[in-house]
Amino acid sequence: MTVAAPASERLASRSTREVRRGDRIFRGLSVGSGLAILAIIVAIAVFLVWKALPAFHTSGLRFFTQTAWFPDARPARFGVAALAFGTVLSSVVALVLVVPVAIGAALTLTELAPRRLGVFGGYVVDVLAVVPSVVYGLWGVYYLVPKLIPMQRWLDHNAGFVPLFQSRNDTFGRSVFAASAVLAIMVLPIIAAISREVFRQVPQANREAALALGATRWETIRMAVLPPSRSGVVGAVMLGFGRALGETIAVALVLAASFNVNFHVFEPGGNTIAANIATKFGESGVTGREALIASGLVLFVITLGVNMAARGVVYRSTRIAEGKV
Amino acid sequence: MAKRIDVEDLNAWYGSFHAVADVSMTIEPKQVTALIGPSGCGKSTFLRALNRMHEVVRGARVSGQVLLDGQDIYGEGVDAVAVRRSIGMVFQRPNPFPTMSVRDNVAAGLKLNGVRKKSELDDVVERSLTMAGLWDEVSHRLDRPGGGLSGGQQQRLCIARALAVEPEVLLMDEPCSSLDPISTLRIEDLIGELKDRYTIVIVTHNMQEAARVSETTAFFNIAGAGEPGRLIEMGPTTKIFTKPDDTRTEDYITGRFG
Ligand SMILES: Nc1ncnc2c1ncn2[C@@H]1O[C@H](COP(=O)(O)OP(=O)(O)O)[C@@H](O)[C@H]1O
Ligand SMILES: [Mg+2]
Repeated sequence: MTVAAPASERLASRSTREVRRGDRIFRGLSVGSGLAILAIIVAIAVFLVWKALPAFHTSGLRFFTQTAWFPDARPARFGVAALAFGTVLSSVVALVLVVPVAIGAALTLTELAPRRLGVFGGYVVDVLAVVPSVVYGLWGVYYLVPKLIPMQRWLDHNAGFVPLFQSRNDTFGRSVFAASAVLAIMVLPIIAAISREVFRQVPQANREAALALGATRWETIRMAVLPPSRSGVVGAVMLGFGRALGETIAVALVLAASFNVNFHVFEPGGNTIAANIATKFGESGVTGREALIASGLVLFVITLGVNMAARGVVYRSTRIAEGKV
Repeated sequence: MAKRIDVEDLNAWYGSFHAVADVSMTIEPKQVTALIGPSGCGKSTFLRALNRMHEVVRGARVSGQVLLDGQDIYGEGVDAVAVRRSIGMVFQRPNPFPTMSVRDNVAAGLKLNGVRKKSELDDVVERSLTMAGLWDEVSHRLDRPGGGLSGGQQQRLCIARALAVEPEVLLMDEPCSSLDPISTLRIEDLIGELKDRYTIVIVTHNMQEAARVSETTAFFNIAGAGEPGRLIEMGPTTKIFTKPDDTRTEDYITGRFG
């Protein structure tokens, strides 16, 4: 009692000196980095707009409707329509392919597999994320593309009345579908890993509530695991979408670039904004580069839009979960 | 509807840890049986062995028999899922499905049993919520998420959810321990009303509560850390609380430990 200072005094001295200074430093750091991120995004947007303006000036509104890409011809003819369409189409097809697999894998790892196997499987999925995209691209064009042809031909012959499965010239190969398949594998680890974390966050008490009512494992997943995970999984899918939209080199390697707008995803051809920038940048003249930057601005806007939509969905469903709507 | 439970020589483990040893007891129908004892003595584990919830913990297992009106729920060919459908359980922490509406929470068990007809579901929802004493408070917000209710309301929602499937037995693990005194009182009243129809087993570490709600009390204890919990003594609640046979029971009741 005589040695130690009274508790109240110790508390007061801690809170006024160390703790408050720590708080101030921390606050400074977090506000600072927040502002820095904002500044970087604004700088990117300003740069893109600034550099893209001449291209918009050259092509006018046709920039958004034109499918051809001859910016360095006289007169210049170029537009982002085919590229933007191909970007969104290849990413959407990739999501259609990957979302069931990724969510299924995440559920298997968290809900069904024995614990050790679940952890090991998680590592395997994570390793997929560290493979460089150029490796995916090379693997895609040399290994996956030929492997996918028989399946596409079969679908074309047996379900070709669906435009999606139809190849009008009966050729297959370096198609939007092939690019989507590669993209699907590339975004699998992102969606699976985040979904896995989301499922893991579901309290055991939720699962026990379902089990105690006599739910089977699958019913438990449907009742207790999926509903509270919805916003998290939507976020995961949107992150994967954003990644697929921006993927460059793998798509550039797999796709046989062409500038057309159609839903025949099995036909060779198609292009995306990012892949087009990568393949055209070196050979472009002044107008060509301006046009490419303008297309980059469009990609930036699409990705930003997807992200904001995702935030909206996540925000809405967390509010519903908290009972505020 | 209410069934008798005969437990014979029940043992429960978590991996290699022996949590409950050699428990035999008879739980009478249409009565409230309270399980009391110091924390860690295996009350929850024992309770969860009565509806085969123990085994959902990884590495957990049970030996012995639990006869529900003569039929062993651990018998060969008995499906754990079917057992849980006929035995309701209410947990210590209220655990409604947070994003599901109040209505769907109550109807969840019925839907598992394949009931789809809206009028039938609506009837059961109203009846169960009324039984759980919650109808007046939530009838205007049946479509709101269950997670938006107060703690006491959530626990009564969980009781309604358990009652909706008309179980033969209702197991409750410290259902009031996380609630305020008023909610506690409501749930204790509710237990009193339900016992005419159900076999109720309630775990509590609150001795006044055991004295208030139960006809029969079972006292569990552990000999020391790492030892399994055992049933020390079981009998009419008034007897256990006034003149127990075992000195360990008496020590616990009177607040003397060691
Ligand atoms: N999931 C679990 N895994 C391992 N040990 C557990 C688990 N749940 C409980 N135990 C152990 O089993 C013993 C009995 O616990 P429990 O049945 O919860 O006691 P009570 O409900 O009487 O407080 C305790 O020693 C506890 O640590
Ligand atoms: Mg307990």
